[in-house]
Amino acid sequence: MRAPGKLALAASVLASVHAVALGAAFLAPYGPAEQARALPYAPPTRVHFVDDAGRLHLRPFVHALVDDESAAGRYREDRSQAFPIHFFVRSPAVLGAGEGWRLFGVDEPARVFLLGTDGFGRDQLSRLLHGARISLFAGLLATVISLGLGWVLGTVAGFYGRGTDTVVMRAADVFLALPWLYLLFAVRAALPLHLPANQAFLMLVLVIGLVDWARPARLVRGLVLSARERNYVRAARGFGAGDLYLVRRHIAPQTFGLLLTQGALLVPQYILAEVTLSFLGLGVGEPVPSWGNMLAALQRYHVLSSYWWMWAPGLALIPVFLAYSALSEALQSRVGPASP
Amino acid sequence: MPNLEAPLRAVLSVATLLLAMPASAQKAAAPAELLRTDHEAGRPGGRLVSAVRSEPKTLNPVTAVDVVSREVVGRLQADLIHIDRQTQRAGPALAKSWTVSPDGLHYTLLLRRGLRFSDGHPFDADDVVFTFRCYLDERNASPQRDLLVIGGQPIGVRKLDAFRVAFDLAQPYAAAERLFDSLAILPRHLLEKAQDEGRLGGAWGLSTAPSEIAGLGAFRLKSYVPGERIVLERNPYYWKVDSAGRPLPYLDELVFLLVPSDDAQVVRFKAGETDVISRLSAPNFDILSAETSGGRRLEDLGAGLDYTFLFFNLNDLDAAKLPAVARKQAWFKQTAFRQAVSAAIDRAGMVKLVYQGRATPLAAHVTPGNRLWLNTALPRPQRSLARARELLGRAGFALENGQLRDATGAPVTFTIVTNAANAARVQMATIIQDDLREVGIQAQVVPLENRALLDRVLKSHDYDAAVMAVAGGDADPNGEMNVWVSSGPTHLWRIGAAAPMGPWEKEIDDLMQRQLVTLDGAARKRLYDRVQQLVAENLPMIPLVSPNVLVGAKAGLGNYRPAILDPQVLWNVDELFWRPGATPRP
Repeated sequence: MRAPGKLALAASVLASVHAVALGAAFLAPYGPAEQARALPYAPPTRVHFVDDAGRLHLRPFVHALVDDESAAGRYREDRSQAFPIHFFVRSPAVLGAGEGWRLFGVDEPARVFLLGTDGFGRDQLSRLLHGARISLFAGLLATVISLGLGWVLGTVAGFYGRGTDTVVMRAADVFLALPWLYLLFAVRAALPLHLPANQAFLMLVLVIGLVDWARPARLVRGLVLSARERNYVRAARGFGAGDLYLVRRHIAPQTFGLLLTQGALLVPQYILAEVTLSFLGLGVGEPVPSWGNMLAALQRYHVLSSYWWMWAPGLALIPVFLAYSALSEALQSRVGPASP
Repeated sequence: MPNLEAPLRAVLSVATLLLAMPASAQKAAAPAELLRTDHEAGRPGGRLVSAVRSEPKTLNPVTAVDVVSREVVGRLQADLIHIDRQTQRAGPALAKSWTVSPDGLHYTLLLRRGLRFSDGHPFDADDVVFTFRCYLDERNASPQRDLLVIGGQPIGVRKLDAFRVAFDLAQPYAAAERLFDSLAILPRHLLEKAQDEGRLGGAWGLSTAPSEIAGLGAFRLKSYVPGERIVLERNPYYWKVDSAGRPLPYLDELVFLLVPSDDAQVVRFKAGETDVISRLSAPNFDILSAETSGGRRLEDLGAGLDYTFLFFNLNDLDAAKLPAVARKQAWFKQTAFRQAVSAAIDRAGMVKLVYQGRATPLAAHVTPGNRLWLNTALPRPQRSLARARELLGRAGFALENGQLRDATGAPVTFTIVTNAANAARVQMATIIQDDLREVGIQAQVVPLENRALLDRVLKSHDYDAAVMAVAGGDADPNGEMNVWVSSGPTHLWRIGAAAPMGPWEKEIDDLMQRQLVTLDGAARKRLYDRVQQLVAENLPMIPLVSPNVLVGAKAGLGNYRPAILDPQVLWNVDELFWRPGATPRP
């Protein structure tokens, strides 16, 4: 595919994924922590268009699920009554989601679980959408922090050289050598037990971003080092340009391409970092969903082997990663090499 | 695995030879007083493979403390009086019978004559006296020693003659015969030297040669492969015969495979690599039951003795050290607050969501699995948000915009810590969190690594509330003394307290001490019923559920009668046999 077309495609896929995550409260049929205790591990609800008599309905409908007496933990549809799916429904406030409009919903006792439920009877689709907010935006925010910090430190090191360069780059070496997973365990152990979800999220983002500034800093430093020796920079300096002016006018613009491609590479890495940390129980805690703590349920053999819909967050990661990888490739061919 | 077949066959023929010899040898000498069982007579031969979660730390009965060591040691050794794991009653073992003096202070045990250790050495009263010397010797640091110190005095042991031993107690002790269960009788001829030199505690490690280890159990050690397996072989001198008079045990070999995780144990069992499985989780039980084709028998034995509970930090804290917790204790220490929390908890939901219906909601700490001691008069716990709100209202709490506040206006929030490795407990804590939200309490679940959890609960007391479980080892209330007496070491919610918390806790203390010295069974039951009633009403801890005991075995295993007491499947391994047509191992 042509690079501009690829770029536009990847960017629009990502934009729509993030828009879906932002619109979770509207798109999700239930609150992310709302429990349907009678329906743990319910399979995805079947949406019908044709009823038992063979009549076609334009408005899709579902049946309520009831326990199947023949086997423990199985469900069957109660076909005696059909519940049409309503669109644009007004829903009351529930845990994790305020009062407001929802894209679709059904009347109780029927429930519409398009991606099934987890062990507490919570709607996987709603959790996937709400969890996307945390996982995707943790990646974005951590990238902003790590690139910002890396850019500043890399520019300073490259521009001033000598002692400053040595200090910053040795610090970068130290950070690269840190066993960050264990560091994070230590940080978590030192914090108070009670950490509300928003603080846990911030902590996660800060730690991921702060620990990983060294790699972008190294790349930026290399670019700056070569840029500051260019003839036009020397000339500008000869005309009396100050440091700030030189960086702003001549040096920084050369690093922006690198930042963009690096960003596209780092975001998926950091999304994965969030998923890994939450998987290990270091991320946001129950009942707030993130893709990582949703996937943590798969650590248990019976979940892994019996309930395929519990894999949804893992599957959702694939298109996101593909789009980011396409984006970084397209950016690279557009703005030049990602790394010198 | 064809290359394994030849050596295993060779072993089998040796074992058959051994089997034939001692029985005739015994008949020729004095008539050995063997115990005749009254269960189905089986067929000799075959091998049984079971999985263990970790390696045993030792094969020394005096120092064994972990579950796995005790499980293996229990197959190698025998006790004087044994608790039948199915009826939960004490019965004769190495002691043929026993008598108790009217004051309950003196026990006289009559030993079986003509018995031999697994190395062929004869057994008599000297071994018994020696054994108790070892358990009571403080140098050996035996975990059983505490049990044998009654009223501050170690049990006195006297040899009356070669087959009669007298035990003297300093004060009456209810059901003292149960103390003898699982106290393995040691071979004096092998261990006396080590005991005299004060190094018995270190004897019989895993590296000890099988020839230096002997016991009176159904099996004896054959080989040990570190990190992989322990193989036991049939003890030809065992002292039980079946209903047809044939020597027990039937099995030639008993193998313990090391399989560290629960899920891996399920996979091994499913693949047919192990023959029995115990301590199944409910979801795994359902997975295995769903595949009935494999020729397996899975059994839900109903409620076990373990009880899971939520408890608040009721320790007498130094408010300067832990101000946040100390402030919250103003709520925790109110009985009405604990009652409200209990009323808000959806135990039926836990049973369904966490245990797939394979658990029982609890009103007090004694589970329905404990048939002899359960107080059946206690009402079943019912969830009632209305009652919870009413109790909170009366105690001065008020609901504002969905947030409960105490009389000073502070929001009621706390954290619940639990063991991160135990998925069921984390799930229960999450359900409690959601339940309490409905009465306006914000609870936060914090799964912790086990050691960190125990450190907080037992030492630093830096926690608000916790979900934990107590594994009931024996059905008798004496085993619960350390949990329920307010000064007990396992009084988790209030450790090392100087005095009881209130009149009701003082009453529990008194009742527990009284039942300990009451010899009449019915009177003891009344005392313990009252303890359960006081627990249910005052809720020093909030009982949640008792998970069912779930076990499985390959079809064709005869005399398979799993029990809720440990070891659930292997307790009658001396009677287990493979039916014809079952696939016995080579």
